[in-house]
Amino acid sequence: MARVVVSQKHCTVNPLKMSQPIGASLAFMGIDRSMPLLHGSQGCTSFGLVLFVRHFREAIPLQTTAMSEVATVLGGFDNVEQALVNIASRTKPALIGICSTGISEIKGDDINGFIKQIRASHPEFDSIALVDVSTPDFEGAFQDGWASAVTRTVEELVEVPLLEIRPSRAVNVLPGCHMTPGDIDELRDIFESFSLDPVFLPDLSGSLDGHIPDEFTPTTLGGISVDRIRKMGSACWTVAIGEQMRGAAITLEHRTGVPYKLFDRLTGLAANDELMGFLSTISGVPVPCKFRRQRSQLIDAMLDGHFHFGGKRVAVAAEPDLLATMAHWLHEMGCKIQAAVTTTQSPSLENIPVEEVLLGDLEDLELRAAGADLLVTHSHGRQASERLGIPLFRIGLPVFDRLGAGHQVSVGYRGTRDLIFEVGNLFLASAHDPTPATWMPQESNSQDLVTVKVQ
Amino acid sequence: MSTLGSKLQQVLNEPGCTTNQAKPNVERKKGCNRVLAPGAAAGGCAFDGAKIALQPITDVAHLIHGPIGCEGHSWDNRGAKSSGPQLYRTSFTTGINEQDIIFGGEKHLYKAIREIVEKHNPPAIFVYQTCVPAMIGDDIEAVCKAAAKKFGKPVIPVNVPGFVGSKNLGNKLAGEALLDYVIGTEEPEETTPYDINIIGEYNLSGELWQVKPLFDELGIRILATLSGDAKYHEVACSHRARAAMMVCSKAMINVARKMEERYGIPFFEGSFYGIGDMSDSLRQISQLLVSRGAPAELLDRTEAVIQREEALAWQRIEQYKQRLSGKRALLFTGGVKSWSVVAALQEAGLIITGTSIKKSTPDDKLRIKELVKEDAHMFDDLKPREMYAMLKEARADIMLSGGRTQFVALKAKMPWLDINQERHHAYAGYVGMVALVNEIDKALSNPIWEQVRKPAPWETPATLGALNLHIA
Repeated sequence: MARVVVSQKHCTVNPLKMSQPIGASLAFMGIDRSMPLLHGSQGCTSFGLVLFVRHFREAIPLQTTAMSEVATVLGGFDNVEQALVNIASRTKPALIGICSTGISEIKGDDINGFIKQIRASHPEFDSIALVDVSTPDFEGAFQDGWASAVTRTVEELVEVPLLEIRPSRAVNVLPGCHMTPGDIDELRDIFESFSLDPVFLPDLSGSLDGHIPDEFTPTTLGGISVDRIRKMGSACWTVAIGEQMRGAAITLEHRTGVPYKLFDRLTGLAANDELMGFLSTISGVPVPCKFRRQRSQLIDAMLDGHFHFGGKRVAVAAEPDLLATMAHWLHEMGCKIQAAVTTTQSPSLENIPVEEVLLGDLEDLELRAAGADLLVTHSHGRQASERLGIPLFRIGLPVFDRLGAGHQVSVGYRGTRDLIFEVGNLFLASAHDPTPATWMPQESNSQDLVTVKVQ
Repeated sequence: MSTLGSKLQQVLNEPGCTTNQAKPNVERKKGCNRVLAPGAAAGGCAFDGAKIALQPITDVAHLIHGPIGCEGHSWDNRGAKSSGPQLYRTSFTTGINEQDIIFGGEKHLYKAIREIVEKHNPPAIFVYQTCVPAMIGDDIEAVCKAAAKKFGKPVIPVNVPGFVGSKNLGNKLAGEALLDYVIGTEEPEETTPYDINIIGEYNLSGELWQVKPLFDELGIRILATLSGDAKYHEVACSHRARAAMMVCSKAMINVARKMEERYGIPFFEGSFYGIGDMSDSLRQISQLLVSRGAPAELLDRTEAVIQREEALAWQRIEQYKQRLSGKRALLFTGGVKSWSVVAALQEAGLIITGTSIKKSTPDDKLRIKELVKEDAHMFDDLKPREMYAMLKEARADIMLSGGRTQFVALKAKMPWLDINQERHHAYAGYVGMVALVNEIDKALSNPIWEQVRKPAPWETPATLGALNLHIA
């Protein structure tokens, strides 16, 4: 059981955290022909936009209500209305996802009320889904914004089914924001191998997987369609991935009666054994041969890899679900979690195999990481990595100084196997050759000898 | 807010800005603060602009007073390089929360400043105001004043809540902060008749270092850059320069003009982009310095350097002529505005088939017409969709533009080169222009283009037949 501690510093140094509104906007980017809209000043949007462009290396649809000082004080109705009219006429979206920001929350703009008013006077919005979500950037973090956007989408769009019986092979999958487009592709493959028909909300694998569209489009290039979202009530099951998605799964269940199963992670042998068992049970299909082979390969990778993972000290900083995923998996491979830093409160923090989880920043990580063998966090960990001389394994968002962030896969037997190779190779690459001094007794403290040997 | 209000009026009605002065009275009062269209706006806010302008000062702490959304997404993401101190790459923010919003964030800010002093003791701390604390009435000027007194070091308020306007406005407000709190507050150890300031140069990708060797050779000393690779002391001493160059854009024209007013430092507007412009800039710097009392022989030495460097650059560009001859380029300029860039591209054999005139003055437009002749299109506001169509129909061989349109080109399988300020390559000075031509050559000659444009096997009739045969 980990103790969850909140940093008492007044100055955040080298932030780990990102804001709710852009977490929510990324969720809306997993919907086909969608345009997320931040209700705030234009900087809120442009900073988020640049961040996603650098991470995904894709064009990012993201708009702003461009609030001025005066509009902020008087209230944002006109700006929201104008923004919706402009977006509708210029980009013809199927959905506009409206995320609040700090300034609109403080002013108390009732976006949901605005939408009702705007709909009454603008029939052109009849064919456009409008989903609003409250995401003040002075509380919570990125994954909270993502989760809220999905919950609100379910509330606004999913139709209550007429039939009680569910003969369907459709399965709703609600991935947390730590699932990459590559992860979603892998999961789709796995579900389909059990003759199931998975529907992902959000589905970044359709929009931000980096593909070449046939034509230019100013909205998202793909993702789950609004029509498919409406029919999510007819699925036989909902699978939620990551504790952050529990709220959306419960909302969906209450609304439609579709039962849900939550996997707190899908990285590691045991987690995937559970997934296989579950899919086999709900589908009535025996686990296909290819997964039996993949499981065997994963076990072999664990055997080959454990030499290099065992006893290694790792400092991890990430959003709660991603932190939990990585920390549990590294622990299962024999590593010791030397430090765990995260962004926001979550039930998934308590079980992390470490004494203390700190809600803090990358300065906290750097201070706690001295002497560690590996840093695990997003690209902003690069400065700490350089200063400490410890290799950095990049996870989460943003990863702006490496290619292929969207296709990093860590789910399934195969994803876990490849993760072992990737992280294991970092350990291998940073191993030091012995020198005549390696086994020289230390004068000051003979106990240090042990530490030196292990290194 | 009243001080910010009057400051805004002042900055927006900049007398040094010729574009603004050419407008009728009513328009001029509105200044250059474009009214943004909700749902159709692009670009950063005033806070963004201020950070761009000041963050290159390398040895100070930059503290952002606001919720995590202001700093959490954007720190350490610009390529302003440092020759020494790295503190500017450390991100500091109050990351204010609900409590602060209820009780006010001033104490939180003060304590954050104290923590920075205790941990890093930098020569100065810049404190940036953002929208949320501005709304709840946090008086950062008062906090900075109290902190400066308590800790005995400059704590500079930069009052730039994003919602007051655009990035460009933020540049200017940042300049005002320097004028009000920094410039003229310290004295240099020594001065020379060859001391200059370079205003509005941020040393992105290390571009300053492409031109600095020439200044060094001529004995011209860069007393301060505002603000690329600058140290606090240099900026504080910059009022002792003999002359100043305002680089490229008019973003910091208020600083150049007020430094002329206050300290008698003459300035000119110049550019390091393009061979002709680089030479002009060197000439103008030398002339200004000589007019302020530097020995006249500087002019001859400058001419000699210009001749040598121009000859060398043209000779190196000539080598690309055969490879680049007849290739058609679309040029959508962001930061690199200079028309002498066009001259260099033409010298390398490229044909400019289209360019944007969205941000150009009538004078610019005339120059473009002269340069690119009748076969080039001038686009006022080319929508991404139309741009994509042009590229898809292969009406050009390469596009040079800013990052915003990168994927329009790449998704049309078209070579693209970043010439905006986020780029990773340095294109300043004579060596920079050769580097630009080299990059264009690399982009055009890459073997991937032929491969990625080939149809997929299921798209060609011949292979299709074969596949069918195989299946049958």
